[in-house]
Amino acid sequence: MIKIVHYINQFYGGIGGEEFANHKPEIREGVVGPGMGLSAQLKGKAEIVATVICGDTYFNENIEEAKTAVIAMVKKYNPDIFVAGPAFNAGRYGVACGAICQAVKNELNIPVITAMYPENPGVEMYVKDAYILETTNSAAGMRKALPALGKFITKLINNEEIGSPEEEGYIPRGIRVNYFNERRGSARAVDLLVKKLRGEEFTTEYPMPLFDNVDPHAPVEDMKNAKIAIVTSGGIVPKGNPDHIESSSASKYGKYDISGFDDLTEETHETAHGGYDPTYANQDSDRVIPVDVLRNMVKEGKIGSLHNYFYTTTGNGTSVANAKKWGAEIAKELVADGVNAVILTST
Amino acid sequence: MCTITPISLTVGANRIVPTVAIPHPLGNPSLPRDKEYKLRYALVEKALKALQTEITEQTIFE
Repeated sequence: MIKIVHYINQFYGGIGGEEFANHKPEIREGVVGPGMGLSAQLKGKAEIVATVICGDTYFNENIEEAKTAVIAMVKKYNPDIFVAGPAFNAGRYGVACGAICQAVKNELNIPVITAMYPENPGVEMYVKDAYILETTNSAAGMRKALPALGKFITKLINNEEIGSPEEEGYIPRGIRVNYFNERRGSARAVDLLVKKLRGEEFTTEYPMPLFDNVDPHAPVEDMKNAKIAIVTSGGIVPKGNPDHIESSSASKYGKYDISGFDDLTEETHETAHGGYDPTYANQDSDRVIPVDVLRNMVKEGKIGSLHNYFYTTTGNGTSVANAKKWGAEIAKELVADGVNAVILTST
Repeated sequence: MCTITPISLTVGANRIVPTVAIPHPLGNPSLPRDKEYKLRYALVEKALKALQTEITEQTIFE
């Protein structure tokens, strides 16, 4: 018999509402709450041997301790599959479900599965770590969520191949799987275009990532005293590319001192970027990051100063997730260094 | 500062200054050095102006 351990919060565990959200993790033999309905869906192929119950606030405020405690409890039952939720659109519950699925997968190396609403913050944080089945935004969706979970778990038990997110009802994890299509790409592309022109429904084969928009920052009021920094995705690096920034799909960014340079030259700088003809940038990197102009603008009193460091990476094929992470790190340092404005150049 | 401004719009940049070409956004190798420098200077001036301009939405500073 396949053994399952189920994770739920204090509310579904019947302990209580918000006032019991600090409840420390405990484990009970057998099914509790939604586990009953889920168990019925498994049709005797698997058994929920134990249920972990933990308060949402406790989990989120003590995430490391909570994970350690829950892992220890789960381990004792030596389960084959771990299930958390469904969490619907409950934010802390969703984050807890995602985090504990990730921890169980890493520590016990068993399949983990949870279910929640696509906008639950737990999705963005843990969608790569667990199959997250899509649910509606409230517990009213329980009637549909449990059969979906049951069906998915049954597939796992039978070692059936898990299909695409659309087929199986889980939230896309950003994983691409190669397969052979009978029709060539150009024919499929023209079909899509024709559908689009006709205003018909079509499904893209390559969804674009979603980009965040942020409100424009207030303008610089005192440019004559402002400290300006340069950041670029054009791959300008000191000659020789000392940190070996990759020519595409960069895994890192560089931070380089330009305090000693009034002008970038063929001898001092070059580009590491592999996505454009590097001839012109290698001859004169000021064509990508205008160090010569900004130096003179400091002398002329147009700007207060040029920050001593510039930040750089190659922007071609670089993942949005990496770019976002580096952007946040770079912005934090720039703010800490008293930079007032940034000129970002891209090739 | 970038040449392919539709990309900057897509990724959410707010103050956008169009530049010369992908491999040399802030230069033009076909110009003599002094004229190329002037071109670059004018583009950076435009960027400084953009940074000092109050905006409420994504704006391309032509």
